[in-house]
Parts: sequence; structure tokens; C-alpha cells
Amino acid sequence: MSEPLTFEKVEISLAGQPLIGLDRTIGPGEVLTVMGPSGVGKSSLLAHAAGFLAPAFRARGRVLSGSIEVTGLPAHKRQLGLLFQDPLLFPHLSVGANLAFALAPDLKGRAAREAAVAAALADVDLSEFAGRDPATLSGGQKARVALMRVLLSRPRALLLDEPFSKLDAALRGQIRKLVFGKARARGLPVLLVTHDHADAEAAGGSIVDLTLSA
Amino acid sequence: MFHSRHCSRPIAGAALAASLLLAAPFTGAQAADAPDPADWPAVLDAAQGQTVYFHAWGGEPRINSYIAWAGERLKELHGVSVEQVKVDDTANVVARVVAEKAAGQDTGGAVDLVWINGENFVSLKKAGLLMTPGWATKLPNWDLVDTTDKPAVLTDFTEPTDGLESPWGMAKLVFMHDTATLTHAPTTLAALAEYLKAHPGRFTYPQPPNFHGSTFLKQVLATTIADKTKLTKPVDPASFESDVAPLFAWLDALHPTMWRQGRAFPQNQPAMRQLLADGEIDIAFTFNPAGASAAIAAGELPDTVRTFVLDGGTIGNAHFLAIPYNANAKAGALVLANFLLSAEAQARKQDPTIWGDPTVLAIDALSDADKARFAALDLGIATLAPQQLGPVIDEPHASWMTALERAWTARYASQ
Amino acid sequence: MIRLAPAATLVLMLAPVAAGLAGTLLPAFGLVPALGGETLSLEAFRRLAAQPGLGTSVLLSMGTGLAATLGAFMLTILFTAAFEGTYIFRALRALLSPLMSVPHAAAAFGLAFLIMPSGFAMRLLSPWASGATRPPDVLIVGDPAGIAMTFGLMAKEIPFLFLMVLAALPQADPARARRVAASFGYAPVAGWLKTVLPRVYPQIRLPVFAVIAYATSVVDVALILGPTTPPPLAVRLTGWMNDADLSLRFMASAGALLQLGVSLAAIALWIVGERVLAWLGLRWIASGGRRAADRSLAALSGVLMSVLTGALLLGLLVLALWSLAGPWRFPDALPASFTLATWQHHLAAAGATIGTTLVIGLPVVAIAVTLALACLENETRRSRVLRHRSLPLVYLPLIVPQIAFLFGLQILFLMAGLHDTLVAVALAHMVFVIPYVLLALSDPWRAIDPRYGHVASALGASPGRTFWRVRLPLARRAVATAAALGFAVSVAQYLPTLLIGGGRTATVTTEAVALASGGNRRLVGLYALLQMALPFAAFALAAVIPAVTFRHRREQEPGA
Repeated sequence: MSEPLTFEKVEISLAGQPLIGLDRTIGPGEVLTVMGPSGVGKSSLLAHAAGFLAPAFRARGRVLSGSIEVTGLPAHKRQLGLLFQDPLLFPHLSVGANLAFALAPDLKGRAAREAAVAAALADVDLSEFAGRDPATLSGGQKARVALMRVLLSRPRALLLDEPFSKLDAALRGQIRKLVFGKARARGLPVLLVTHDHADAEAAGGSIVDLTLSA
Repeated sequence: MFHSRHCSRPIAGAALAASLLLAAPFTGAQAADAPDPADWPAVLDAAQGQTVYFHAWGGEPRINSYIAWAGERLKELHGVSVEQVKVDDTANVVARVVAEKAAGQDTGGAVDLVWINGENFVSLKKAGLLMTPGWATKLPNWDLVDTTDKPAVLTDFTEPTDGLESPWGMAKLVFMHDTATLTHAPTTLAALAEYLKAHPGRFTYPQPPNFHGSTFLKQVLATTIADKTKLTKPVDPASFESDVAPLFAWLDALHPTMWRQGRAFPQNQPAMRQLLADGEIDIAFTFNPAGASAAIAAGELPDTVRTFVLDGGTIGNAHFLAIPYNANAKAGALVLANFLLSAEAQARKQDPTIWGDPTVLAIDALSDADKARFAALDLGIATLAPQQLGPVIDEPHASWMTALERAWTARYASQ
Repeated sequence: MIRLAPAATLVLMLAPVAAGLAGTLLPAFGLVPALGGETLSLEAFRRLAAQPGLGTSVLLSMGTGLAATLGAFMLTILFTAAFEGTYIFRALRALLSPLMSVPHAAAAFGLAFLIMPSGFAMRLLSPWASGATRPPDVLIVGDPAGIAMTFGLMAKEIPFLFLMVLAALPQADPARARRVAASFGYAPVAGWLKTVLPRVYPQIRLPVFAVIAYATSVVDVALILGPTTPPPLAVRLTGWMNDADLSLRFMASAGALLQLGVSLAAIALWIVGERVLAWLGLRWIASGGRRAADRSLAALSGVLMSVLTGALLLGLLVLALWSLAGPWRFPDALPASFTLATWQHHLAAAGATIGTTLVIGLPVVAIAVTLALACLENETRRSRVLRHRSLPLVYLPLIVPQIAFLFGLQILFLMAGLHDTLVAVALAHMVFVIPYVLLALSDPWRAIDPRYGHVASALGASPGRTFWRVRLPLARRAVATAAALGFAVSVAQYLPTLLIGGGRTATVTTEAVALASGGNRRLVGLYALLQMALPFAAFALAAVIPAVTFRHRREQEPGA
């Protein structure tokens, strides 16, 4: 079962100007929504946690998963699942290869890995899609593959950066439900940054609204 | 056909950088490993298995093929390999040797044998960068060389060769005309000027400092200068202006009637020959008396082209082979130089279907069998017989060429 | 290891340039003890300034270089704006990459053989249309203003710029931008210029500078098509460097500095023009104008592009004809007979030179591409773009005229005992190949969405895995193009091969130039074709390999 995700006195500044701060713990299966208009640096919060903060930014404070300080680990050992507004499926790999890319290397054997990929696809009703070129998928299908790819990497938590903003209205609700449902089912702490109130409502967790504090 | 300083393409700046970075003084270094051509069997022994890097102008495929043939013969006869390094400007080879000297590379140099004459030879000789002591006159085949009727084999642009280079071939300026368009060629400079007035655009010359262009200037200078003895001495800066005044007066009048009104020039002799082939001009010239026949044989000129010389003679000289002081395969280079002086090699060279370069040998001194080699040669339909070639005007002192080129460029190529 | 890549790359490129530049700078100021120069002096510059016609030469270099660059740039941009996504565009795209691999000298010879008074065009028209049975005495090639040379350079630089635009296009998402612009009522050219060009230009800016530097200091094209009374500066400089009179080299060195200044000044002038145009362009975009004389611009760019490309291609055809020609007299449109004699005599010798060319070029390209990728990957991993600090350095070998530093390079190798070896020649090629590879690779690389890498890391992929499985495949087209370009650059190297190889290293190009100096059109034709064949093959492979290895994927196809 997953551990809580803790932002311990995290503060991010740019050129000496403080941008954003967060001092919260997100419990397993909980969603914390950070809301605010673009430009306030809410994405830098995710970047800091995941290990991609651009050098121009300065960050203080720690991010912990349970008792493990992830901010002390290299990015690829942090095991924090990222979802962006674009699905970012690797265009040179098939759908199945995209998923297999995320599988941990300790899952040995071609058959076992293929089975894991097939199971993940079946989980989101895309059973026959393993051999497909990602470019041929619809927006909703891509979003589902991207979600399963993150989950296959066995993340300690999910970091969501406006993941639904590019989906059309009909799909958006569906994908939201899917993402939050899967996260809750696996007991993953979720940090969601968004400027869409509907996202925050659907997430159902607590909200940090930077629009107000700013 | 020899271009001691062909079109000015690459740089030869190695000399500069070398001397710059290392600032080694030039001393006439005597390499300890110089083989002695007087002991020829020892030279042959030492040469066995060597590879001679022969730096030679590579712009003429016929010549390259001839060198390749010589390489094969040398391999058969003496077990010496020959690699032609095709250079497009012999000044680069000079620069190369200077650079090696400056870098302290006194043995194992890149150049074993170089095709050379004129100011490039003078440069290397003055800088002490040639294999010493003089070796050419000690070659076994030296006895065949015609030093009586061809004194140019001993003085290169008035500079004594001192045996530091071995003659390879003779050159003499001859003019070409296409009899299909011009039946009676003008045989004096004045007649040439008259012809151009009547037929504007039908003559040009390669742009100096191209070797052939400069040679044309020297030809005009030798005809127009008041005191011809001045040409055997270095240029006198005080009187240079007045010495060349008649030359430039003549050119000033000629240029407006020349090809492209003298506003553009072909860049080298083959380009000028091509203009003749295309019918753009009626008269061109070459430094190889058999050059026109060879070009006809190769389909590069129509078979209606014939050659002629100017009344009063034309410029003539010899071209040579030299060995740098730091050559890697000196014995091999000696063997190659000696082979290239042989009747076999010289006769083949003179065959216009092969190359057509006149021999430096005295035919009378040859054995009957070797005489027959030369007698059998068909010099080609456009080649003048030796007695028709007219008098030889000797090359002026090397300093004239440089001074003429500068004066010409300042006057005609700097608007 | 990878952290050392930028330093190693810079050293490989710049140490030789620096040494060579010292070899130019010192003599320019009179400091060459061996040649009698022991005190600092400006004498070389005084002598240079006193050269008759120097101003004309400088203006020629500057004018022809800038005009050729501007012409090539505008034509490339307008043509892309007008025709991008159309059948014509794809047809030209298929043609231009191979054309790009044509060595400058070969292209120039082809054009000369086509347009000169005795050239192919005149032969086609004579005597039935022109009435000429002999070539007219008109000054077309080698005109004093350098017009023929400018057009020759333009025709030859268009393929390079076009290739750079093609490499930059996918990141600008032109298809969607065009659709959006069209939906606002923008005509195609106006829409493209307003929405795509601002995103494409920053990526092709440095290539444009390289073109300016090249075109203002070119020697071979100028020798073939340019004026000679006086010639452009670089040609005169080469002549002085070449003179048997060693004292001229002081002046030549000063001239090399002047050449450097001319090239830099041309670039500065371009930057000023850039600023002005950017300002005007922003106002134009803000003005909301929906058209940009669309039809006439499209027609004009289409016609000019066809004429120039056609001339280039026809020139190559004429080279091929000459290589097969028996007797071919003016005004015959075709040779009286065809013969394989030229090929038979020279193909065997050419085989060996092709081998040498490959032995040098392939490892050089492999190393250059590896270094470039290592530099870029290092930069990506440290999420730091070094361009502002180091990029001008990368361009140094492209902007400093070769003439200015090659002899210093030769001395470096002599002292290292590496002279006359293939390794030394390869290292010399590296100086010129690395910048072009970096140039071709870095912008497309930096344009890869960094979030792909972030997603891969977040999925647990190590930096190495992220590189091999994600970034490298994403950049495969740019890598292949860069490698082909690098190979073309290596094949085309003349002076470095000749000087560093001590003349013993005979590549296709050194052989071609040595033979070309003999002016034999049949041989020029043959070697120009051979010289083209190798880079052509490289570009063909670059186009085919990425497409075949990932033939089931669509998204990376530009314009798809």
C-alpha cells in the first residue's frame, strides 16, 4: 500500500522572487488540488517534486514519500508518476511498446511483460491496441494509454499537470473519473495542478487556491 | 605543358606558419644519408624496395599516365615504387619543404622528387633545401644530355643548376591557329595587333600571374625592350618603369581589340586552348611544341589546328627534377631521375600520343637502337620540325617575371 | 564522461583554429623572425591598403556574398511559404537534399558550362535562333560586378538553407498554423510568413550566418564564375599566400584579417537588417493584413526556384555530357559522338580515391555525430542550454576563412608527428565537420519536447535509457541529416586534405581539383559527378534509413 506524499516547507522562487510555497501532506488515495491562473508557478511545484526544475528556479524544502526523501533521489528513482496536458506517448514506439517501456525491469520474461501490457490495455478497454501507432489513436484513447503507462511504472504518487485541459468536454469527465478512480483504487496520493474549477470539484479533495492568496 | 606555378588555387602558407612558430634559422643542412650517384650500384641497392613520392603537377591526365608508366617500369627494373603526388601548384611543394625544415624534420620528408623550374627552384636552392652536393651530372644517363645545343638544361631562368636538378624536358613557346578560320597566321606582334583590329575578340592570353600569361608578357618584353641584355640581370627598380613602357604601350593598344575587350581573361593555358576549340578565339599558344598535336590526338582540338612561331624567335626553357635535402627515399629518387633521362623514357615522353614533351637528350649521342626510338616517332600533324621552331629566346632573370606580374596586375586587374 | 563532451568537442574544433589564427595574427603585425620581421609593425597593413583595387575587391566580396545570401534566403522562405505542403514542394524537397551534396566547384563548373557564350544554352539556340556560328563575344561569366558568381552562389546555397528550413519545420507545426491562419482569412503566403516564419527563423539563423561567412570568403566558385580584374578579396589573398615571394605573406596575413573583418561586417549588416525587418514584421503582423501579394510572390518564387534549380540540374547534366563527349564543337547542341574513353581511363584510379575518401569521412562523421550528441545530451541532462556562451565558438571554424588558419594547423600536426597520416587528415576534417554536424543537430535536438524526457524519467528510465530509447529515436531524422551533411563536408574538404595530408592523401576532391586545374571539361565532368556521388549516397541513406526503421510511425513526418 502507498505511503503519503509530504511537501515539507517547499518554497520555490525565481530570481529571488518567491513564487509559491506548499507545506502539506497528501494521504494515500487523497487528492490535493493546487489552483491558480497560469504564470504563478504551480507547475514548478510538480517539476521540483519530479526533479526537472529548471536551473533558473530555486527550491527549498523537501518532498517525502512516507519517510523517503524523494527530493534527494535522481529523477528516475523518484517513482512519481507524471501526467501532462498532452499524453506524450512516444511517437516512435507502438502503444504496447509505450506501456512496456514503463514496466519495471524486474518483471522478467517476454511473455510476462506482454501479459502485463495486455492486462493494462484490457483494463481501459483497449485490448486490441498493443500493435497500434499512437498517432492513429483518438484523444481519449491516448489519454487512457498515458494513464496506464504511468500506473505500470508503479508510482509512489501521481503528479498531474492540467491533464484534462486539452480533452473535449464530453471526454473530460470520463477521463477524470478514470484517473481519480484508478488513483483511489491503488491508494495513490495525487497532486493536481489546474486552473479549472471543475477539475478541483471532480477531484473532491482539499484545494489550495493561489488565485485568492495572490 | 609544364606549369611551375599553375593557377593560384591553394595556399602555400605552411612556410610562413612554420617559420613563425619555430623560427628555425635556415642553414644549409647537409644530410648525412645522401647517397652518392658516383657509386651507382650502391644507389641501386639502397633504392631497392623504396617508395618514391614524386610531387608533380597533376592537371594533365596524359602526363599522369606517363608517370604511372614510369612507375611500373621502375618497379620491374629496380624494385622501386613510385607514387605521384598530384599537386596543382609547385609553390605548395616548396612551402611544404620549408615547413618541414622549420619544424626540424631534417629526414623522412614528404617530398622525394619534385618537378620544378624557375623561381621555385631558385627559392629552394637559395634556402639550401635541396639535396647536396650536386648529383644530376653524376647520373649514369647524364652523358646522353644535350648540353651543347640545349644550354637551358644547365641554367634555369639564368640560375645555374649546379647539378641540384636533373633536366627532364624542354619547352618552347609556340602559337596555335585553326586553319579552318584563319589560314595565314600573323607571325609578328605587329601583325597580331593588325589582325585583331580587323577581327576583334579573336585573341587573348591567360591572366598573369598564370605561368603562360607571364610567358606571353616576357615574349612581348623580349621583343620590345630597348636593351635586351638587361633581361639576363636582375630587374633594376630604377629603370623598370621605362624598360617596360613599350610593352605596356603595346598592350594598352591591344586590349580593347582582344577577347572580352581585355576585361576578362582565361585563367590558364588549357582554358585558352578550350576557347580556341570553341571557336571563340583564332590564336592561342602553348609551351609544348607538340601540345597542339597531342590535343588533336585527344580530341580536344580540331585537326585543322596548326602551330607557328614568331619571327625572331620565342621564349624557351627546360624543366627539371629536384630532390629536397630531407627526402625520405633519396636513392629511389635518384634511380627515378636517372630512368626518366633514359632514351626509353625520353622517347616515350616525346610521343605526342603519350605526352609530346621534347627530349633533353642529344640524339647523336645515342646508340643506334635508341636513335631508332626517336626516328620512329610521328610528332603529329600540328608539330613543327625542330628546324622550323626558330631561335630560342632565353628566359629572363627570374626577378623579371615577378616584377612584370605585379605591374600587369596593378595596371589591368585592379579597377 | 559525458560531462567532458563539450570541452572535448571545443578543443577538437578550436585548438587548431586558435593555433592557425596565431599564425595569421603575428605576421600581420610583422612578427616573423625567420622572415626578417622582428618588431611589431603595421607595415603589412600599409602595404595591403596600397594594393590597387583593394576597395573594389572588398566590395565585391561583401556585395556578392550578401546578395547571394539574401537571394537564397528570400527565395527559400518565399518558396516554402507559397508551396509548403504541395506536390511541387515535395518534388523539390526530394531534389534539393541531393543537390546540396554537390560540391561548390562542381556546381559552378556546371553553371559555367551552361551559361557561358560557348555554353550549352547557346549551343541549343545556335545557329537556328541566335544566328551564331561562333560564340558571341559577350562577358557573361566572370563579369566585373560578379553577377554570374552571385547567381552561382545563390543556386548552391539554396539547397543548404532549404535543408535547414526542412529540419526546423516540424517543430513549427506548419500544417496546423496554416490552417489556423487560413481560418482567420489569411492568404497562404501571408499566413505562413506571420505564423510559421517567426518560429522557423531562430532555428535557421546561424546557418544563415554560416552562409554569409562562406559566401563572402569563397575561393573556388569565385575562381570559376567570378571576376578577375580584380577578383574578390579571398581570391587575391590566396594568390598572395601562394606567391613564391615569401615577403608577400605578411600582407597576405593582414589580408586574412581583413577578410575576417569583411565576413564579420557582412554578418553585422545582416543582423541590422534582421532587427529592422523584425520590427517591420511585428507591425505587419499586428496590422492584421491578410495578404502579401500572394499570387505574384508565389509565382515569382516558383519561377525563380525552378530556373535556379533547373540551371543547377542542367549544369550537372552538361557535366555528365562532357564526361561522355567525343569531339564537341560549337555550335553543335550535342557531341558529334559519345565515348566511354574518359571513364575507362580514369575510373580505376578514381576507385582508390573513393576508398580514401570513405576511410577518412566515415570515422570522422561517426565521431562528430557522437560528440555532438554527447554535448547535446549533456546539456539536456543538466537542463542548461549553453548556446549563448559557447555557440559563437562553435561557429568559429565556419566564420574564420579557412585560408586564415590552415597553415598553423599544418604546423601543429608536424610538431605532433602526425603529418601525412590519415589520422591527421581526419582530425583536420573534424575541425570543419563538427560545427556543421552541431549546426544541423542542435536546433532540432533542442526543439524536442523536454517533457518526453521527463515522462521517461518519471517512468523510471535511467538517463541512458531515456537517451537511447526516447531522445535519440525522436531525433533520428535530424541525426541522419546531420551525419549526411557532415559526410558531405568531409568529402568536399580540399585545402585541409591537401595541406595536412602532405599531398599523399588523395581524396575524390583533391584529385578533382588537381585535374580541374588542367581545364579539361571531360575530366571536370567526370570528377564532378564522382564528387557528387558520395555525398549524394549519404543523403539518400539519411532519407531512407529513418523512414525504414520506423516505417509504421507517422507523427514525426514533417508536415504530416
